[in-house]
Amino acid sequence: MYKIIVLAKQVPDTRNVGKDAMKADGTVNRAALPAIFNPEDLNALELALEIKDQYPDTKITLLTMGPVRAAEILREGMYRGADAGVLLTDKAFAGSDTLATSYALSCAIRKIGEADLILAGRQAIDGDTAQVGPQVADKLGIPQITYAEEIISLHDRTIQVKRRLERGVEVVECTLPVLITAHSTAPECRPRNAKRLMRFKRATTLSERHTTAEDYLAVHNDQAVLITEWCAKDVNSDLVQLGLGGSPTKVRQVENIVFQAKESKVISTDDAEIESLMQELISQHTIG
Amino acid sequence: MNNVCVYCEFEEGRIQEVSYELLTKGRSLANQLNCKLEALVLGEGLNGLEKEVSRYGVDILYMADDKRLYPYTTLPHTAVAVGLFKQTHPQIVLMGATSIGRDLGPRISSSLTSGLTADCTNLEIGEYEDKKAGKKYENLLYQIRPAFGGNIVATIVNPDNRPQMATVREGVMKKETISDTHKAELIYLDAGQYLRDEDLVVKIIERHMETSKVNLKNSSIIIAGGYGVGSKENFNLLYELAHTLGAEVGASRAAVDAGFTDKERQIGQTGITVRPKLYIACGISGQIQHIAGMQDSAMVISINNDANAPINKLADYVIQGNLETIIPKMIKYYKKNIK
Repeated sequence: MYKIIVLAKQVPDTRNVGKDAMKADGTVNRAALPAIFNPEDLNALELALEIKDQYPDTKITLLTMGPVRAAEILREGMYRGADAGVLLTDKAFAGSDTLATSYALSCAIRKIGEADLILAGRQAIDGDTAQVGPQVADKLGIPQITYAEEIISLHDRTIQVKRRLERGVEVVECTLPVLITAHSTAPECRPRNAKRLMRFKRATTLSERHTTAEDYLAVHNDQAVLITEWCAKDVNSDLVQLGLGGSPTKVRQVENIVFQAKESKVISTDDAEIESLMQELISQHTIG
Repeated sequence: MNNVCVYCEFEEGRIQEVSYELLTKGRSLANQLNCKLEALVLGEGLNGLEKEVSRYGVDILYMADDKRLYPYTTLPHTAVAVGLFKQTHPQIVLMGATSIGRDLGPRISSSLTSGLTADCTNLEIGEYEDKKAGKKYENLLYQIRPAFGGNIVATIVNPDNRPQMATVREGVMKKETISDTHKAELIYLDAGQYLRDEDLVVKIIERHMETSKVNLKNSSIIIAGGYGVGSKENFNLLYELAHTLGAEVGASRAAVDAGFTDKERQIGQTGITVRPKLYIACGISGQIQHIAGMQDSAMVISINNDANAPINKLADYVIQGNLETIIPKMIKYYKKNIK
């Protein structure tokens, strides 16, 4: 039996930035962006589920750090096959850079305890840093295998992984425990399972129950699955290493993008206009 | 002490281009900071590399030549780099935003509790005031990168922790040698002094490195397609035009994500940076991450249905209309007018 923790992040869908994504003052309108399960974290979940297919007594715990609403992706993961979800949420985490985030996650992983395998997406689409996976591995003092495309085999606590590199592929082998980050070329995550959807659709965190339920008793008598919710203190973290204060990097300045407009010449699809453009490019030796 | 250090990537007998680009940037940062430029090369069979590395104005070259350091694996390289940095205390460490740099950088930064900024598009030296703490800092590294879907550009600093670390993609910085006769002081490191047995837990079983068939960086004409191209089939129009003009085909991230073409053609912050003579943007809206990868093109032609596409603002020519109409006409009139 393997104990797997999958790290996941709820992210604004920066790939589908609509016209209303910018406010009148030119700042980002976060509310206009839908919040989604970070795509490569879904690849990581699928790699975990494939191991569970092979070893059915494997236990997969999905761990996320974020605001209360991030529990949405924990439910989503449970519909698709994760056994349990843990939400790490606290105002103390606000403003965390990748290092402070990794520290908090590593504390939660220690609290869950005895993971054989930690899987995460290579990077989140809202930052593209690809730093949290390796930094969590470092904080836990375990090896890492980044950019996993396929888990080739897992026997007797030895795992073989195919890595997708910029200019090639590599097959590596390692004994557990190890942290693996999934590349977007890893298998796509399986869809929701109807039975699991019925079972987990009322799975909630305590915070969610308190905001929706009318009385205290109803909250505690709720028979639905309770998603674990931890704050900074619950995971025995050192407050100094959390949030803005625990982040070595600071944002000095944020500028909205204003393009310096060039004088551009507008050309229609008329044959004559396109021909004259091509003639001009040829005569300048830009082409030809 | 407190110098600028560049981790140089060694692969198949040579130092990677991105490392030379970073040495060039590192040299100018070191000049501004009045400190030395250091290079760190880890691998096997490194003899003779010092000559080429020295040309970029490196003052001190650290080399560890050991079979356990090649091919690259995370923990051995981390162990040597972290061990060295604990002795030399560099103020700045730069590395390529490559498969290796993005695997190694975060591991080193976590180990040294120092800040790391990924995929910087510019690096500068400047001051910083922490108003809350009432502290002023001078000569910090500004790590500049687009963020949040490219709608903003953020300047990141690491006021208190050292080293200040940043990764940069290949092609973003320009490469320039200083002198052919300059000689770096060469210091050999004994890898065995830093490595423990448990650092060797990940073993490489197989390795296939391919040289890319796509050569965007050295192409003087690039035809790039975006999400607006609409389909994989429509991308064939771009290949036809590229074939006619002797150009290479590039793409925006949106087009790559949509599966219209391969990742190796991606231009932009998380792809390749290009500086061609002519850049023809087809159905590209022009998010800042894409612009970051092509804004130094000498001439830009934007073909777009949307007259308000942001990329039009930096285009020399804007052709409004459908690709399906325009590209065949461009091919036709090129062939007609070329001798």
